[in-house]
Amino acid sequence: MSSVSQTPTAGSPRELARRFVSVPSAVIALVVFILFCIIGFGAPLIAPQNPYDLRQVDILDSLMPPGSQSYTGLTYWLGTDGQGRDMLSAMLYGIRISLIVGLLSGFLALVVGTFVGLIAAYRRGWVDTLLMRIVDLQLSFPTILVALILLVILGRGVDKIIFALVVVQWAYFARTVRGVALVEGAREYVDAARGLRLGGMRILFRHILPNCLPTILVVATVQMAMAISLEATLSFLGLGLPPTRPSLGLLIANGFDYLQSGRYWISVLPGIVLLGIIISANVLGDRLRDILNPRL
Amino acid sequence: MAEFIIKRVLQAMVVLLIMTVLVFFGVNVIGNPVYIFASSECDQACLTKTIAELGLDRPLWEQYFVFLSNLLQGDLGNSFTHGIPALSLIFERLPATLELAICALAMALGFGLPLGIWAGLHPDTIISRCIMAFSMIAFSLPVFWIGLIMILTFSVQLGWMPAVGRGDTVDVFGTELSALTLDGLHHLVMPAFTLSLIMMAIVIRLTRAGMREVIFADYIKFARANGIRERRILTTHVMKNLLIPIVTVLGMEFGGVIAFAVVVESIFSWPGVGKMLIDAIGVLDRPLIVAYLIFVVFMFVVLNLLVDILYSLLDPRVRLGGNQT
Repeated sequence: MSSVSQTPTAGSPRELARRFVSVPSAVIALVVFILFCIIGFGAPLIAPQNPYDLRQVDILDSLMPPGSQSYTGLTYWLGTDGQGRDMLSAMLYGIRISLIVGLLSGFLALVVGTFVGLIAAYRRGWVDTLLMRIVDLQLSFPTILVALILLVILGRGVDKIIFALVVVQWAYFARTVRGVALVEGAREYVDAARGLRLGGMRILFRHILPNCLPTILVVATVQMAMAISLEATLSFLGLGLPPTRPSLGLLIANGFDYLQSGRYWISVLPGIVLLGIIISANVLGDRLRDILNPRL
Repeated sequence: MAEFIIKRVLQAMVVLLIMTVLVFFGVNVIGNPVYIFASSECDQACLTKTIAELGLDRPLWEQYFVFLSNLLQGDLGNSFTHGIPALSLIFERLPATLELAICALAMALGFGLPLGIWAGLHPDTIISRCIMAFSMIAFSLPVFWIGLIMILTFSVQLGWMPAVGRGDTVDVFGTELSALTLDGLHHLVMPAFTLSLIMMAIVIRLTRAGMREVIFADYIKFARANGIRERRILTTHVMKNLLIPIVTVLGMEFGGVIAFAVVVESIFSWPGVGKMLIDAIGVLDRPLIVAYLIFVVFMFVVLNLLVDILYSLLDPRVRLGGNQT
């Protein structure tokens, strides 16, 4: 990481952190997002009940509005769904699944895409042409459609949706990283490194890659928000996660059947949380872009 | 020019062929459709008979070549559940989807262009900031969530709008259209608006960015110096240059609208091809799924091809440079 401090474009990490803190909306978005992560990953500790442990769920308590009390004395602050699950607990577990899917698929897409982008920029020639043709082809199809096709083929499952999301997202990283790496590759410090007779891979991963990181960070933030949104959409359509691992999208879909009868809380409450996550991640990405000012 | 077009058409055909392989093998690996058709008391002999009838006992590659040769004759097989050719089912449902998509496109342009121009002309005002915030939110919110809130607000709470279906339709040259009846229009507004939001967000962003660039250009300064009225500068000089990127992006994004129509149609129970796909997935109607996917891939490849060719006509640099970096 030491070479980040020498980057000619982005400034030192401390300088960047100072600039980040001076933008209130960025700080708020980051705090909100971290809060979601804490309550999501801490779900088993803070949730009033385990909504997927059938012994704790009572069908007699189904479809209760927010604030109702179970005969066992448990208060359903956010109501219950059609199977008598406490919505608050279900949502906490849902946040967890949505975040796991979003973060994991975003990270894997980042690794694959960055690697492909760096290789394309480094090798140039036919490797570059071939890889970028694949990227072009991939990006010419709408992400939702490709993900949809993949999930039709693969079926439901956490691993399958993560795979589908990585497949639709790596191309964004690859294209962006290649662009930045080409620019960085033409800078003096790369010439200097070549002059020192450093190996090609070493220059690529130790010198060029760190200078691409600000841009990668921006793309990653936005893509993660997109992954969460896409996962919710696919789960809503019944194609994403299995009913045993309900994400926020699946919770919303479950509530959709009750929407017409005025039982809004089953859909709307998880939806609001979903929006919170997506908007905070998007605002974060937007502000990071301004702060790091990468050439996107 | 001819060389460029031939090259692109050949490329498109290769892409199509690869996609048919992927789609066919992918879809035919999942599930076993025999169990959907055979009744529960069906014994082994009856199962074998059903398998033979459906052609599922032959090796997969053989099934693929049968499929491919049928495809070239425009036959994508019969739907398992509907019992009629999958392709005719698609064409039966397509007008509803196209109607929805075109209305969404019109809405995106109708609202997006004026908002984008306004935001470009007055970039630092509060209204302009609101417009940009709106475009960011419209772009990042999941489509299904927007549709859901629309139904909750306008159908359940206010009772102004119908939440499902197409309403009354009129037969125009053998095609059922909703937009020409009052009831149909009433049904159309909400889904079309929901579908238009992403596109609208893109149009607003592009228009604003284009405005910021164009209004500082020399030819606009000269037009002003010539004493041409501001209104005329805006409608002819600015607009012409603004529209080139917008038209290209819309051409490419139209496919995205068709893709998102799957989501919107499921929410609003709009009887288009997207809803058909989701229903087909639910019952594992493989010929119908394959037919839809092939159809959509075909549409995309043709759409991309047309955009490419159009673009090379508009901008010779694409054709001569060849390499888009």
